[in-house]
Amino acid sequence: MTEEIIIAGFGRQGVLSMGKILAYSGIMQDQEVSWMPSYGPEMRGGTANVTVILSDERISSPILNFYDSAIILNQQSMDKFEQSVKPGGVLIYDGNGISRHPARTDIKIYRVDAADEAARLGLTKIFNMIVLGGYLKVKPIVKLENVILGLKKSLPHRYHNLIPDNEKAILRGMEIIEEVKV
Amino acid sequence: MAEIRMEDITRPENLVYKKTPLMTDNILSYCPGCGHGTAHRIIMEVVEELGLQENTIGVCPVGCSVLAYDFMNVDMQQAAHGRAPALATGIKRTWPNRTVFTYQGDGDLAAIGTAETIHVCNRGENFTMIFINNGIYGMTGGQMAPTTLEGMKSSTCPYGRDVQTMGHPLKMTEVVATLPGTFFVSRQAVHTPSAVRKAKKAIRMAFENQRDKKGGISFVEIVSNCNSGWKMRPVDANHWMEQNMFPFFPLGDLKVDGKLVK
Amino acid sequence: MGELRLMKGNEAIGEAAIRAGVDAYFGYPITPQSEVIEYLMAEKPYERTGMVVLQAESEVASINMVYGAAATGKKVMTSSSSPGVSLMMEGVSYIAGAELPCVLVNVVRGGPGLGTIQPSQADYFQATKGGGHGDYRMIVLAPASVQEMSDFVKLAFELAFRYRNPAMILSDGVIGQMMEKVELFDPLPRWTEEQITKLSPWATTGKPSTRERNIITSLDLRPHVQEQRNIKLQNKYAIIQEKEVRCEKIACDDAEYLIVAYGSSARIAQKTLDIARAQGIKLGLLRAITLWPFPSKQIHELLDHVKGILTVELSAGQMVEDVRLAVEGKVNVAFYGRMGGMIYTPEEILDVLKAKIIGE
Repeated sequence: MTEEIIIAGFGRQGVLSMGKILAYSGIMQDQEVSWMPSYGPEMRGGTANVTVILSDERISSPILNFYDSAIILNQQSMDKFEQSVKPGGVLIYDGNGISRHPARTDIKIYRVDAADEAARLGLTKIFNMIVLGGYLKVKPIVKLENVILGLKKSLPHRYHNLIPDNEKAILRGMEIIEEVKV
Repeated sequence: MAEIRMEDITRPENLVYKKTPLMTDNILSYCPGCGHGTAHRIIMEVVEELGLQENTIGVCPVGCSVLAYDFMNVDMQQAAHGRAPALATGIKRTWPNRTVFTYQGDGDLAAIGTAETIHVCNRGENFTMIFINNGIYGMTGGQMAPTTLEGMKSSTCPYGRDVQTMGHPLKMTEVVATLPGTFFVSRQAVHTPSAVRKAKKAIRMAFENQRDKKGGISFVEIVSNCNSGWKMRPVDANHWMEQNMFPFFPLGDLKVDGKLVK
Repeated sequence: MGELRLMKGNEAIGEAAIRAGVDAYFGYPITPQSEVIEYLMAEKPYERTGMVVLQAESEVASINMVYGAAATGKKVMTSSSSPGVSLMMEGVSYIAGAELPCVLVNVVRGGPGLGTIQPSQADYFQATKGGGHGDYRMIVLAPASVQEMSDFVKLAFELAFRYRNPAMILSDGVIGQMMEKVELFDPLPRWTEEQITKLSPWATTGKPSTRERNIITSLDLRPHVQEQRNIKLQNKYAIIQEKEVRCEKIACDDAEYLIVAYGSSARIAQKTLDIARAQGIKLGLLRAITLWPFPSKQIHELLDHVKGILTVELSAGQMVEDVRLAVEGKVNVAFYGRMGGMIYTPEEILDVLKAKIIGE
């Protein structure tokens, strides 16, 4: 099994940390992982993206042109990455702020309105965990228990009290994600 | 009159002066009349008198004293031009119980190595810096130094230093004295016996401060002549130094025990 | 099995430095490698092992702090990225001339000049052909994974001390910034004073009455002596070339075509290889691990079955010169590169391979 994912959105949406938690979850179940961010000034409030690969085999290129799954959290990223999903692949997006919705018919498209849901729950900081939950519902490549272990590994100790909220957010994301028929 | 024989002169009871074993027997490469030899000797005497030979690591510069390691009988490193304070930082940070000193000329310390000088004095590294200021680049043949006086001639200011286009002579010792990381800053000379005694006292203090971990750089400038570069006879060079260098670079302590001398 | 962690390449350098028993790190921040010193400062290695970490006033000062401490037999290192490494080149020449062991890390970004902060491999010439003045060489290791960022710190120090020579880890923004699983090696204790004086009797640690003074210098103004110093260096380099070449050969046994690459390019080219093999193209990959000494012999040996070679680098073509020297004109050697922080994709490389080497 190899899963090649792009996660893209604004800085401060938790794009990089979502990728990191996913990568750590992979390590928890003995997979090979890579996490390759865009870096530099563009990260400071601009767009951010990270390529995450989980595999049972040695990972070759950490930089890719095409992805099994794309998780898209703003319009710029939609414009940039919609065409980069492999045929038969998955595109997941948050409808908040999206003016041009995805239109491809050769891939599966899902919508998870995590920003609205996070606001409703009063937990805006764990917006990205709702998205992650949605992704894991569609692509259960890592077990929830390994995600929790990954969270424990990647979060500094002082934030471990937030893990139950993170778990709640993941479960909520699993509930609210919906397939979109183009 | 009885003939004076060599055996009489070398009798132990007639011994009034002995070269420190911390100076090697190599013949000094410096010009006759140059202050480097005396400066080397009093540094090594201080190291010997404080019993620090086994403990000392010296760093020599690029300049006339690039070969100081031929003459000083302690472990020595030879730095790139201006970088002696950085080397000394590397040594002292990894061997905090060793005695570390740098020996630099004016081009090395006050031109190409200005950044390193300022920053070790600002960080308060605990080592000793000896700064030989003769107002000229001796080794490369008498070019203008950062400390060349206004109007003074050199091969790169053959009509005299014009401060409007070539900048002013830099008082680096005054600059480092204002920095929080210097503990002791002094300016001395080695052209007369009394000046040598005072210079040695300052150097001794500079090494004692380091030994006693007083915290910070101990910095001693020695205003010296360069009779070859100045194109003068040694005695004339010393007179010229007294009349021209000392008024601009006045001798004495600038900072003692971490406090500026008023 | 050692401790497993998800780490950035730059962080792995920092952790490996602590675990390798390094005595001091001197550095100056520059993108894309500032995480090395940030990680070290956050980890408080002065508490973990007594290691010194100091932010210098410049890369010039950093390398000269390394020079000073290396001359005392300590394990010392620095890291930087291309513009900063250019500033260090004078110091590296002195260190090589004085025959001192130390480790430098260059997390390469695009140039020339201030260039870009994005990844590049355009510092190959600087690393392998000199960079500073005079006839000297650095041992150059090119990691292609975060695991190797960690492992090569240890290896680089072993080689540096074995040959009293500076060793460089030539990485780039991809390997420095990406996170992967790393198995950390067990910590080594820092050397004691007794070990240092025994292992490095040449070191300037203070002159005991039992030995002559030690002098660390690259200077000798007597031409006949300076020539002898140079000959000694060259003899040492010949031994390194004989003994320390490292490379990885992937699917080379039956390969008709070969890609030669290093570092992040080799990772991308490995994916090219997977795609090509799936299409029935007999492609192999030779990944240079030591860039100096270069695996010339290992490339030449493959020429009995390889019909053409593509060298891929994130540069205008630097290592390709060494590949052509190794091949001696026996087969076609083509080059493909991207510059300025642009990165080729696996498919892009395959298209070039087909166009320039296979000739469909």
